[in-house]
Amino acid sequence: MVSEPSRRALDGRRLPTAVKIVIAGGFGVGKTTMVGTVSETQPLRTEELLTDQSVGVDDVSGVERKATTTVAMDFGRITMRDEYVLYLFGTPGQERFWFMWDEVAYGALGAVVLADTRRLKDCFPSVDYFERRGTPFVVAVNCFEGARQYDLEEIEMALNLGPDVPVMLCDARKLDSCKRVLINLVLHAMKVRGVGEPAALTAEAHQA
Amino acid sequence: MIPPEDDALSQEPQEPHGERWLDDQAGPMVRPYVMTSGRLEPTRGDFDLITLVVAIGPEPEGEIGLGPEHLAIMRLCQQVMSVAELTGHLDLPVATVRVLLGDLLDKGLITMQEPQPEADMHDIRLYKAVIDGLRAL
Repeated sequence: MVSEPSRRALDGRRLPTAVKIVIAGGFGVGKTTMVGTVSETQPLRTEELLTDQSVGVDDVSGVERKATTTVAMDFGRITMRDEYVLYLFGTPGQERFWFMWDEVAYGALGAVVLADTRRLKDCFPSVDYFERRGTPFVVAVNCFEGARQYDLEEIEMALNLGPDVPVMLCDARKLDSCKRVLINLVLHAMKVRGVGEPAALTAEAHQA
Repeated sequence: MIPPEDDALSQEPQEPHGERWLDDQAGPMVRPYVMTSGRLEPTRGDFDLITLVVAIGPEPEGEIGLGPEHLAIMRLCQQVMSVAELTGHLDLPVATVRVLLGDLLDKGLITMQEPQPEADMHDIRLYKAVIDGLRAL
């Protein structure tokens, strides 16, 4: 692998490998906030131009009459040791742009589905999407000030998830909270994919 | 007062919306397909959003067939950068940047690292590196 020419720039530097985590959930649930909280740089925005070409191939019902339209995604970057770079992508706000979700979810290490207890059903399309796709995901309930606080058990019951999907509370504005969610997601992804023995790493994650 | 659910909106990156002006004389942004001479697909490479790209050597001067956007990519790619970051910095659609990157790859001016395919995500080192990196934040 290392000797593969495409892995090296001319000065012999080995290029890192990029990994991505998807942050999904309903509109205004705090996806961009979470991306911004953990990103080492100001979050950037990438835009995909929807053209007539994508109409007919993808389900873009509702925009057929428009020649072009854009779908935006915010993302952030975290540089890791050991030659990895982690990117966090917030999914496009409108769920009708499923083809963009496919592009973002493709090759993702896992996904965080953000939920808001006041509009819990807004996260259902994201949950369905990752369940169907087989992408490892956790549900993080963003605790908004002023919203009624629920027990985790009550939320779990309302979400009606599989028994193995971790559900946790979080505050998307707080770094420690976002770190805990993301670390738990990585551990969950290891478990789902049967990689290593995450038990040793788990104990520390709870302290994070 | 802004209600809390608008929190995410107010923190969106400060990207200019609508028409972008390149400079006082240039007028509104050139239509993306003009930059790519109408091409929709890159001649080479898939260029996933997180494919990492780096320039081979410095920004070329007076290279035939390169437009200002090609040169802007070469400038940005003096450091390792993902396709998504390039589109963000250039404020261009992903499809346009892919075509431009294909040109640069064709001319041997850039090299790239594709992301790990999902099927190969069984390397424990990857997970350990990500967990360590997150803890170090």
